[in-house]
Amino acid sequence: MIASARAFWRWLTSMRTALLLLFLLAVAAIPGSLLPQRNLNPERVNQYLRDHPDLGPWLDRLWGFSVYSSPWFSAIYLLLFTSLVGCLLPRLAQHVRALRAVPPDAPKRLDRLPQHASGLAADGAPAAVAEAVAATLRKRRWRVAVREHADGVTVAAEKGYLKETGNLLFHFSLLALLVGVAAGSWYGWEGNRIVVAGPDHGFCSSIPQFDESALGARVGAEDLPPFCLQLDGFDVEYLDSGQPVSFAAHATYTEGLSGAPRQATFSVNDPLRLDGANVYLFGHGYAVIVRYTDRYGVSQTTVAPFLVDDDFLTSHGLAAFPDANIDPTGKAPRSDRAQTAFSCVYLPTVPSDVTLARSAHPAEKNPALMCSAYQGDIGLDTGRAQSVYELDRRQIDSGQLSQVGPETKLAPGESWTLPDGSTMTFLGTRKWAALSVRYDPGQQTVLAGSVVMLAGLLISLTGRRRRAWARVVPDEDGRSLISLGGLPRTEQPSFAVEFSQLVSVIEENHGRTVRPAADVDDPGVRPGNAGVRG
Amino acid sequence: MWTILGYALAMLGYAAEYAFSSNGVVARVAAAPRRELVTASVGGGPERVHDPLWDDPDGLSSPVADVGTAPSPAGGKGQRAAIFGKIGVALTAVAALAHGGALVTRGLAAERVPWGNMYEFVLAACFVGIVSWLVMLALRPAVRLLGLFVALAQVLLLGFALLVLHTQVAPLAPALNSYWLKIHVSAAALSSGILLMAFIPSALFLARDGWDRGKRSFPYTLGRRLPAADSLERLAFRVTVFGFPIWTFAIICGAIWAEAAWGRYWGWDPKETWSFISWVIYAGYLHARATPSVRRTTATWIGVLAWATMVINLYVINFVAVGMHSYAGVE
Repeated sequence: MIASARAFWRWLTSMRTALLLLFLLAVAAIPGSLLPQRNLNPERVNQYLRDHPDLGPWLDRLWGFSVYSSPWFSAIYLLLFTSLVGCLLPRLAQHVRALRAVPPDAPKRLDRLPQHASGLAADGAPAAVAEAVAATLRKRRWRVAVREHADGVTVAAEKGYLKETGNLLFHFSLLALLVGVAAGSWYGWEGNRIVVAGPDHGFCSSIPQFDESALGARVGAEDLPPFCLQLDGFDVEYLDSGQPVSFAAHATYTEGLSGAPRQATFSVNDPLRLDGANVYLFGHGYAVIVRYTDRYGVSQTTVAPFLVDDDFLTSHGLAAFPDANIDPTGKAPRSDRAQTAFSCVYLPTVPSDVTLARSAHPAEKNPALMCSAYQGDIGLDTGRAQSVYELDRRQIDSGQLSQVGPETKLAPGESWTLPDGSTMTFLGTRKWAALSVRYDPGQQTVLAGSVVMLAGLLISLTGRRRRAWARVVPDEDGRSLISLGGLPRTEQPSFAVEFSQLVSVIEENHGRTVRPAADVDDPGVRPGNAGVRG
Repeated sequence: MWTILGYALAMLGYAAEYAFSSNGVVARVAAAPRRELVTASVGGGPERVHDPLWDDPDGLSSPVADVGTAPSPAGGKGQRAAIFGKIGVALTAVAALAHGGALVTRGLAAERVPWGNMYEFVLAACFVGIVSWLVMLALRPAVRLLGLFVALAQVLLLGFALLVLHTQVAPLAPALNSYWLKIHVSAAALSSGILLMAFIPSALFLARDGWDRGKRSFPYTLGRRLPAADSLERLAFRVTVFGFPIWTFAIICGAIWAEAAWGRYWGWDPKETWSFISWVIYAGYLHARATPSVRRTTATWIGVLAWATMVINLYVINFVAVGMHSYAGVE
C-alpha cells in the first residue's frame, strides 16, 4: 500500500508525467475554444443545444459548455500543480543546500574535463599562487573554495546559481498565479446592468438592482461595497462610415453610505475604478421615450431601453402600459382590451431606401420609430418569464392580445391616434449604457505572480551554471604550475570562450611564462564542444 | 471627405509599394526552386527529381556549392545556383525593405501603429518573420536551403492577407484605442514572428536527423547537405528561448489590457485559450529539452507541435471561433 503510494508519488513528480500533464492541459483547453461556453456566451450555448438535440445534452453532461470549470480540467491542472510542488520542494531544498555549500573539490584529472588548460607557470609558493588565482576568480564573481592537499593546492569555483534561483522563482510564481486565480473566483463578484441616462435611472450596488449578477463562492450579497451611480450622459463619435471612434460615459456616483456625489467620465479601456469595484462600459444603445394618453385622458410616459440589433444601432423593444385604460372614477368596468403595448423598431438614421427596415448610421441623423400597437392582456399575470423587449407570442396566438391599427412610422414629436381614441407620442430618445461592475481581489496577486514569473523565466533561460578548478602544484624549480579545468553544468556553447578568457586572465595576472609544451586548447576545435557561435 | 481622399492616396502609394514587394518575393520563389531540385537530385538514385519546368540535365552532375558549410567542389551550374540563391537573398532583402516601408506608410496613413486589424497584424508578424529569417541567414548561411519555403510562406501569407484580410485604412475601433495596443500587439507580433521562424531550423534538424538515421524518402533527402544536426537543433532551441519570454510578455500585457477593456484579465476567449495552449506546449518543449532522458528528436517534434498551434491561433481561430479578439475586420 505504502509502496504503491510511493510509486505513484514518484510517477507523479517525474518530468515525464509533468510533460504528459502539460500536454493533457493543452489538449483539454481545445474544446473550450470550439464549443460555446456558458460563462462567456450562454445564448450561443442554448442555440447549440437547440441545433444539436442529440449531441448537445451529452456534451453538456461531460461539461462541454463549461470546460474551464469542469472536474476533468480541474483534475489535470491540480495534478499538474501537485506534481509541480512535489518536484519543486526537493529542488528548493537542494538549491538552498547548494547555495550554502562550498564548491566541490577538483577532480583528480583536470585534463578529462570538457575544458582544460595546463602548463601555466607562476612565481611563488603554491599556496600563495592558489590564493591569487582564487582572488581573480572571486573578482569575476565566482564562488571559490581553496583546499590544501599533500601534493598541492586546489581552487574550486562555481558560478551561475542564479539560474536555478530563477527556475524556482518561475515555478513558485506559477503557484502564486493559481492562488490569485482561486482568490478571484472565491471572493470576486460581478453584476451587469443597463443604465439609461438621466437622474431618474440611477442604481445602487445591491443584487436586485443588477440585471444579472454572479457572486464568488465566498461572497454574500451584503459584502458588496455600497455605492450609487447615475449616467448623466453618453457621447459617441462616429466616422461617416458608421464606425465608432470614441465613447465617453459621464456619470455621477457616491461611494459609501454617505459619500459626497462625484463626477467621472469613463470609457472602453478606461473603467471607473471605485473602492472595491470597477465599472466597465460594455455597450450602448437608445432608450425610446413614449407617452401614452389613454381613453380616459390619463397620460403615462415610459423610457424603454431598446435592444441593439446591428452595428448601426437598429434597435427593437417594447413600450408597455399595463395599467392604462382604467376608468379613474371607477365607474366603467375594466375592459379586456385595456392593456396597451407598442412593439417597435427604432432606426437612428432611416436609409434612403425606405423599404429597408435597417438603420443606415448609428447616429441620430434621421430617426424614426416604427411601431405596431397591441391591446388586450400583455400576459404579466401568467407567471411566465417575460421579455422586456418583445411581446409574448403566446398571448397574441391565443387571441388575448391583438394588434390594433396599422404599423405606423413616427418621427420624434409625432403622435399617433389609435382606433379607440387613445394617443401615443414618440417624445424622443435617451442613451443607455451597458455597465458591468466587477471586483476581483486576486488580480494583484496574479499580476505580481506574472511579473515575477517573467523575471524568473528570463533569469533561468539566460543563466548558466558552471564550475572551474585550478590545481597548483610546486615544480622542481620552486615555482608553481597551474592547471585549469572547466565544466559547464548545462550545454552552453559560450563556455569554451569564457573558459579560454579565464585562462588568459589567469595567465596574464599570475603566470610568468607559458611552457613551450602548453596545451591551452582552442575551444572551437575540440570535438565534443564545437558549439554554434553567434 | 478629405480625410478619406487622403487615405485613398496613401493607399495607392502603399499598394504600389506592396506590388513591388510581392514582385521581389515572387522572383525569389522563381529563383529558389532551381537550387532546391538540383540539390534533391544530386547523386542520382531513387531520390532523383524530374520536373519538366525546372529539371536541368546538367544540374545533376553539379553538387550545390552555396549551402554554407557544405564542401564545394563547385561546377559551373553549382555556381550559377549559388548566384541564384544569392539573388534570391538580395531580392528577399529588397522585398523585406518594401515590406517594412508598406508597414510604415500604412502607419502614417492611419496615424497610428500599423497593427490595428488582422490584415495589418499578419503584415507585421510576417515582417518580423522575414527579418528574423535574414538574421538567421546572416548567422548561419546554410539555412538558405529553406529559403524557398520561407519565401513561399511569405507569398502565401501576404497574398492571403491582401486578398482576404485586406481592409481600408481606418482609425482604430475604440476597443483597440489603448496604449496597450502598441505593447501587447507588438510583443505578440514579434514573438509570433520569432517562434514561427524557429520552425525552420527545427524542420531542418528533423530532416538532417532523419537522413543521419538512414531515412532516404523525400523530406529527409533535404537533410543530406545540411549542417550538423546538433547545431541546427541548438539554433532552433536558442531562437525559441529568445521568443518564448516575449510571448509570455505578450500574454501578460494582453491580460492587463483585457482587465481594463473587458473587465477580466483572463476569460478563456478562444484567442486567449490558444495562446495558453501554445505557451503550455512551448513550456513542454523547454522542459523536454532540459530533460536528458527525452530525445532531442522528441523535443523538436514538441516544438513543431507548438509552432502548429501558433499557426492555428493566427489563422484558424480568427475565422472559426467567435471571440472578443474580433479584430479580423474581414468583410
